[in-house]
Amino acid sequence: MASVCIYLQIHQPYRVKQYRVFDIGNDPHYFNGAGEGKLNNEWVLRKVAEKSYLPTLRLLSRLLEKHPEFRFSVSVSGVALEQMASAAPEAILLLQKVVATGRVEVLSETYYHSLAFFYSRDEFERQIAMHRAAIKKIFNIKPRVFRNTELSYRNDLAQWAEDAGYDGILAEGWDAVLGWRSPNFVYRPKGTQHIRLLMKNYKLSDDIAFRFSSRDWAGWPLTADVFASWVSAHNGNAETINLFMDFETFGEHQWESTGIFNFLERLPGEILKNPDNDFKTPSEVIASYPIRDEVDVPHVLTWADTDRDLTAWVGNSMQRAAIEGVYALEKRVLASGDESLIASWRKLQTSDHFYYMCTKWFSDGDVHAYFSPYESPYDAFISYSNALSDLRIRLGGG
Amino acid sequence: MFGWEFPPFNSGGLGTACLGLTRALSREGIDITFVLPKKLPHEASHVKIVYADLGGMRARIVNSSLSPYITCSRYGRAYRKDSIYGDDLFSEVSRYAQLGARIASEEQFDIIYAHDWLSFGAGIEAKRVSGKPLIAHIHATEFDRSGGTNVNQEVYDIERAGMEGADSVIAVSQRTKDLIVERYGIPPEKIQVVHNGIDAEDMPTESVSTSRLRSLKDAGYKIVLFLGRITLQKGPDYFVRTAKRVLQYEPNTLFILAGSGDMEHQMMELVAQEGIAGNVLFPGFLRDAERSEAYAIADLFVMPSVSEPFGIVPLESMRAGTPVLISKQSGVSEVVRHALKVDFWDTEDMADKIVSVLRNPALHETLREHGVREVLGITWSRAAEKIKDLIERIQRSFRPS
Repeated sequence: MASVCIYLQIHQPYRVKQYRVFDIGNDPHYFNGAGEGKLNNEWVLRKVAEKSYLPTLRLLSRLLEKHPEFRFSVSVSGVALEQMASAAPEAILLLQKVVATGRVEVLSETYYHSLAFFYSRDEFERQIAMHRAAIKKIFNIKPRVFRNTELSYRNDLAQWAEDAGYDGILAEGWDAVLGWRSPNFVYRPKGTQHIRLLMKNYKLSDDIAFRFSSRDWAGWPLTADVFASWVSAHNGNAETINLFMDFETFGEHQWESTGIFNFLERLPGEILKNPDNDFKTPSEVIASYPIRDEVDVPHVLTWADTDRDLTAWVGNSMQRAAIEGVYALEKRVLASGDESLIASWRKLQTSDHFYYMCTKWFSDGDVHAYFSPYESPYDAFISYSNALSDLRIRLGGG
Repeated sequence: MFGWEFPPFNSGGLGTACLGLTRALSREGIDITFVLPKKLPHEASHVKIVYADLGGMRARIVNSSLSPYITCSRYGRAYRKDSIYGDDLFSEVSRYAQLGARIASEEQFDIIYAHDWLSFGAGIEAKRVSGKPLIAHIHATEFDRSGGTNVNQEVYDIERAGMEGADSVIAVSQRTKDLIVERYGIPPEKIQVVHNGIDAEDMPTESVSTSRLRSLKDAGYKIVLFLGRITLQKGPDYFVRTAKRVLQYEPNTLFILAGSGDMEHQMMELVAQEGIAGNVLFPGFLRDAERSEAYAIADLFVMPSVSEPFGIVPLESMRAGTPVLISKQSGVSEVVRHALKVDFWDTEDMADKIVSVLRNPALHETLREHGVREVLGITWSRAAEKIKDLIERIQRSFRPS
């Protein structure tokens, strides 16, 4: 028996507009970029909603109706929920509709899609509490499974999640930590007793998320029946096939013209053609399969690029200065009691800001690898550090 | 090859480019006879020819008063009374063209290669006499030099005739290629883009310590450097206006406007007018050791060119470990990624970026670290390989009529 366990991540940051040194001290609004541009957050959200959220959620809703066995899970950052509520409220209604079937699990994460765990444990816990409150309010659900920003993970995070009462936690199924083992079983994080670790099958996940439209790839064009046969091939030697990816894979990373929606539409039927396959949510996987072994992850593991670490976010001096700069303000920001200032500070913690400053792929001359609304990592840093300087001034002092 | 004087006798990027290219082409196994116009002492006969050994390459020095950045009015002032040279720049260009024909009849060669308009006449004449193919290498056009205004029709005509008469045209950037297609009507398939480069040998090895600058730096001043001809094309006025804006935010900043040119006095006046004379220095034209000292102490190099076909100087700065801010209106911005880029007219954006570099050591460090690494891949060898391929293609297809 092999269960297909799908988790889709919905997230949209509040991108910092072009914020110049002259704006410091004069403009307390960092995220209200205007015009038809990639720094206009509302414009971006509407565009992504039209291309991805709305059509994909409608399709998933139909698939839930058509296949009573179909299940999946989502995690939606708090900042994505906020922006949807104002720019595309229909997306929230559709999310509520699929979650109400009881077959769509909602996961727990930091409200601001931040890397707070690695910089401030207190702030991390506050953001999780905020997210849990939002999920409770919108979906009337208390999440049982945790996933951290960018699937970042370490032994001590699993230990924290166990202490916080979670049943499970997600991580990248990276060979360097699994060794000869496959990601297709349930594991126990080192140093824990009860919590279960579900690890992404990155080969099968990335076949959809990254390679689907790649004409250089031997598997192109990928059809649902072929993909289902790859899943079925694991039967007898796997208990869970964890397909973890961005929700925006459907319609945004892979455009409709690539055939991604046709693929998704046929996928549940093709998977279920094999009576040994089924779909399970992360909580169902945890309830159904035993722990097979212990996994030790002493250093940070993420689902990013070929390094699977945090270098895409904090690999260069700019990124480190920016993220250390924002967390250095924690005490003063919280002490201010100024709600709007605190919210701005938290929005500046979103991991995407640091990712936009990444110089790793920018060097290769591969423009497509530099997925950013800014012209360069340097431009991203300049707007961010200017906004942060303004925040410092609002706190009183330089 | 009809070329121009090498450093340290050159006055700008053209000589640097000639040196870098000929050196790399020699390494590719191409033998070059380098024809060099040079104003010789009066007692020398006006057709006296001097051979000199120039690193494996034969140089043939021809008595002419041409220099790469000469303009009609400056030529008139300098040479009108000098009987052996032409009365004005254009008659000197045509006199040089006649010398080109004579050289072509005396030398053995397979390809004629001419750098920019002043040598195009010589190139065309050499082609006429020898029947050998001509490559016209465009480092700058009249539109770049004039800043797009007051384009000299005679210069334009010579440029156009040179490119039309050439068998192949090399442009130093895509933006130059686009300009040649649009303004000169040259078919795009005839033009090949070959970006300039920089080699380790191009960097001065020693540096002098100009103690005054060093002491200001030690006193906490940040230094922003402009290095180039002080002329419309290079955008010195945008640099000064930006300096004014930066000083409002970072008063402990010094702006160095290094170079000479027709706008030097105008810039000094502008600086005084803007009330920032205390923060802008005019050290004049810097050579080798002074130049490398300037890079060494600068926190940021700025090239705000209005129209820059390529622009090698930022590469020198990057090699020296000094981050650069360049205008998007430059060819070099096509090959450099680890640089700050602005539109030359957007002094607000320029000021914002300068202040950011001055204030944020992390930004400076990331630009520096990546810039040093990136520039190692932008070499003359890369350019020479492309030119060698082009020469081979031309030779295969060229059938003398």
